Amino acid sequence: MGRGLCTPVNRGDKMAAPMSIVEEIRTRVILQEFGVKNVHTTDYPGNYPGYDDAWNMADFKKNFRIDIVDMDENTMEFDMVGIDASIANAFRRILLAEVPTMAVEKVFIYNNTSIVQDEILAHRLGLVPIKADPRLFEYRDAGNEGEDDEEGSEIDTIKLQLKVKCSRNPRATKDSADPRELYLNHMVYSKDMKWVPIGNQADVFADINIGPVHGDILLAQLRPGQELDIVMHCVKGIGQDHAKFSPVATASYRLLPEISLLETVEGEKAERLRGCFSRGVMELEDRDGRKFAKVVNSRLDTCSREVLRHEDLKNLVKLARVRDHFIFTVESSGVLPPDVLVTEAIKVLMTKCSRFLNELNTSNME
Amino acid sequence: MAGDCEKKPVLEMMQADGGDEGCVTYVLHNEDHTLGNSLRYLVMKDVDVEFCGYSITHPSESKINFRIQTRGGIPATEPLRTGLTQLNHVCQHVLNTFQARVDEFKGNQDQSME
Repeated sequence: MGRGLCTPVNRGDKMAAPMSIVEEIRTRVILQEFGVKNVHTTDYPGNYPGYDDAWNMADFKKNFRIDIVDMDENTMEFDMVGIDASIANAFRRILLAEVPTMAVEKVFIYNNTSIVQDEILAHRLGLVPIKADPRLFEYRDAGNEGEDDEEGSEIDTIKLQLKVKCSRNPRATKDSADPRELYLNHMVYSKDMKWVPIGNQADVFADINIGPVHGDILLAQLRPGQELDIVMHCVKGIGQDHAKFSPVATASYRLLPEISLLETVEGEKAERLRGCFSRGVMELEDRDGRKFAKVVNSRLDTCSREVLRHEDLKNLVKLARVRDHFIFTVESSGVLPPDVLVTEAIKVLMTKCSRFLNELNTSNME
Repeated sequence: MAGDCEKKPVLEMMQADGGDEGCVTYVLHNEDHTLGNSLRYLVMKDVDVEFCGYSITHPSESKINFRIQTRGGIPATEPLRTGLTQLNHVCQHVLNTFQARVDEFKGNQDQSME
């Protein structure tokens, strides 16, 4: 039938050619009621008799593909098929923590009479994303920190200034209570952070406006007589050091779900079965007046395993995930477009490998 | 990473068995699961490798112990070097494929906008 030795693989129709148990262990992650099976990669040479699992670059290139599903200026969704979880996870980790950006690091507070404490304000300023291409800057050398406290060279620092003074609006009506009418400059937004070019930055970045990505981030509120006079230095850093340097709002992936029906389901059961999955996953097909359940698009499923909660429905489907098909979602915080972020992340991993290869080669030559 | 002085070793070798070059534990500094797991996968795909594993000694220290045991008397640096080179090639191929697909997608987008 479909229970013992073989598992049906659903390819749009009710039941297609069954997959052997070995194939299933090698390629699918099974979602069961009380756990998840076959999570780890097991296709190493020697594990399966009859299979040649040694690394073959040509086979990898043949089976690997990337499909871009959606891309706009801040978000992208793409599929990476034919790669192992360890490498896909490496890309995800690098996107979160090792792709560099510029962010405010040193805050020189010359005057802060607002009710926001110095350190709270400095913390908030650090978290504002700064629109500057980090590839055009270098890391600030942490060696000579003592002497060079206020200086920063043009190649590794961006200087920003925030100077706001709140005053009473002389033209407000006598009995208005709206702060927007009563006060001038009482809300300090990130658009008030002005770039102060150092050295030759004015020529190099003449046409690009360096400043915060979003101008509507509220930093502090003031009342008449209070003022802020702050100078900030932005440096290049990575998310591993501080989360403010992370270039992505988030980067995540999920495995492609695969839902296969083990039996034909019709009528009222089919209706209930359809309701157990996300909308669009399963549809009812009309045949000779009777309704049959059919899996239409398992990619849309969020794998809530709701169907396993119903005694009469849980043996009718098999929930699985394809182990080497990753659906990536990358949302940039605005500093760099998401496709540039992914290419930078891949280059970071290549740099790591080259570093250790050089180290191996130089230590061998000694 | 930025800020490291050149004298600090990035890769050290701790030889547990004297004389047997096939069983070596490497210490990789400033690394974590990102490189550890992906490198372990590619080294395990090598036929000559009998054992490959990595562990993070302590979560407060950013270094990993990477152990390779080979069969047939092959020195352990060989699979390590092969694994690193292959990881480099995999990344290069992923990069090329990704950039080609992005350009294609952007081209399609421009076409449908006109």
